Amino acid sequence: MRNSWWKVLCVVLLAYTVIGGFLMPVPARFILNETIRNLYFHVPMWFTMMLLFGYSFYYSLLFLRKGDLIFDIKAVGYLKVGVVFSCLGMLTGMEWGTYTWGEPWSNDPKQLATAICMLSYFAYLILRGGIKDEDKRAKVSAVYNVFAFALMIPLLFVLPRMVDSLHPGNGGNPAFSQYDLDSNMRIIFYPAVIGWFLLGLWISSLHIRINILRNKKENAF
Amino acid sequence: MFLEQLTALIKKDLTVEWRQKHTLFGVLLYVGATVFAVYMMNGQPEIKVWNALFWITQLFVAVNSIAKSFLQEHTNRFRYYYTITQPTTFYLAKVIYSTVLMLAISSISLLLFTVLLGNPLVKTGQFIAVSAVGSISLSAVFTFLSAIAARTNQNAAMMAILGFPLVIPLLMILSKLALSAIAPVYVEGWLNLMLIMLALTVLVVVLGIILFPFLWLE
Repeated sequence: MRNSWWKVLCVVLLAYTVIGGFLMPVPARFILNETIRNLYFHVPMWFTMMLLFGYSFYYSLLFLRKGDLIFDIKAVGYLKVGVVFSCLGMLTGMEWGTYTWGEPWSNDPKQLATAICMLSYFAYLILRGGIKDEDKRAKVSAVYNVFAFALMIPLLFVLPRMVDSLHPGNGGNPAFSQYDLDSNMRIIFYPAVIGWFLLGLWISSLHIRINILRNKKENAF
Repeated sequence: MFLEQLTALIKKDLTVEWRQKHTLFGVLLYVGATVFAVYMMNGQPEIKVWNALFWITQLFVAVNSIAKSFLQEHTNRFRYYYTITQPTTFYLAKVIYSTVLMLAISSISLLLFTVLLGNPLVKTGQFIAVSAVGSISLSAVFTFLSAIAARTNQNAAMMAILGFPLVIPLLMILSKLALSAIAPVYVEGWLNLMLIMLALTVLVVVLGIILFPFLWLE
């Protein structure tokens, strides 16, 4: 129980997010209307995705330095769950876009950037599938992960300069923080972010633990 | 010592390229056939389409020609190189070799484009400069990816899968830079964008130098 307090916290926060997110009052905004409630689900998906990809990058670096296969298992675990969150973020975003921008896909730089990220992380998974030997697979995929992550960050900063954005806070649009995100929304949004963070970490820790056990079983004589 | 090894390795690659003329001319024929296929599909397109087609062609040519830089070498020969040289020297030699190859190929494809698809160039010098920078950055990215792909089983397809998402933003910047040399349009912050492009190219090369030794060791 002492180690699982954060799991309880995660469940409580997410229950609060779902119940409060759908029932609490939200400011009535032009065009956005009630879809603004998607903020509690869509935005934390991205935050969690970035957190998980960051963890994966960190463990890939650790693997390259130390060469312990445990780090490789961790890097893959965080990355796979990050990919799931990116798919969820894309779906929630496209649904939101359908009602506010008029179409699910509207050449928005953040949408493009995420699509590029998703493609390159899918490629990472294909790359791992293509190598049989365990150590070689770990090393090559760690190298690709570091390369892709390090290259992706500057590119994502450049991309918004190339196409106009529809997102709040970009291309002359007012940001949520300026007036949309009033204090009523804040008391749900911040706990929601923490709740989704914890959920992401929880799922990945389960995935990682299973794979560590599997690895041990395979290597036991 | 370092420079001697570097020049020796580059010279060796270029000599091999020259002696195995069938692969070199194979690549040239690939460029020619691609441009001709584009011409047959599209005739002489308008300026923006011309630009887009040019960079797409560059991408495919880069994937196919630079794939050779690591994939053509036999695994056992890597062990031999390992005994005589440093990994960074070896990697830099490969980058320079594929840059030279790519510069040659892209100038040929530019020539073919202007002959077959029409010549919309307003500032020829600027366009050549942009396509040179593009060749350098594309070859830097794909050289590293071919080093990765050489370690897997399905090589050529792997390069495309790994590379395309990473080079999409690069190609977007390049085509925007090139557009100002074709059409009389004012591109805001052209010089800044060019500097970003150069900085990204340097970043790719540096990342490659840092990461390549890990790939090299078995």
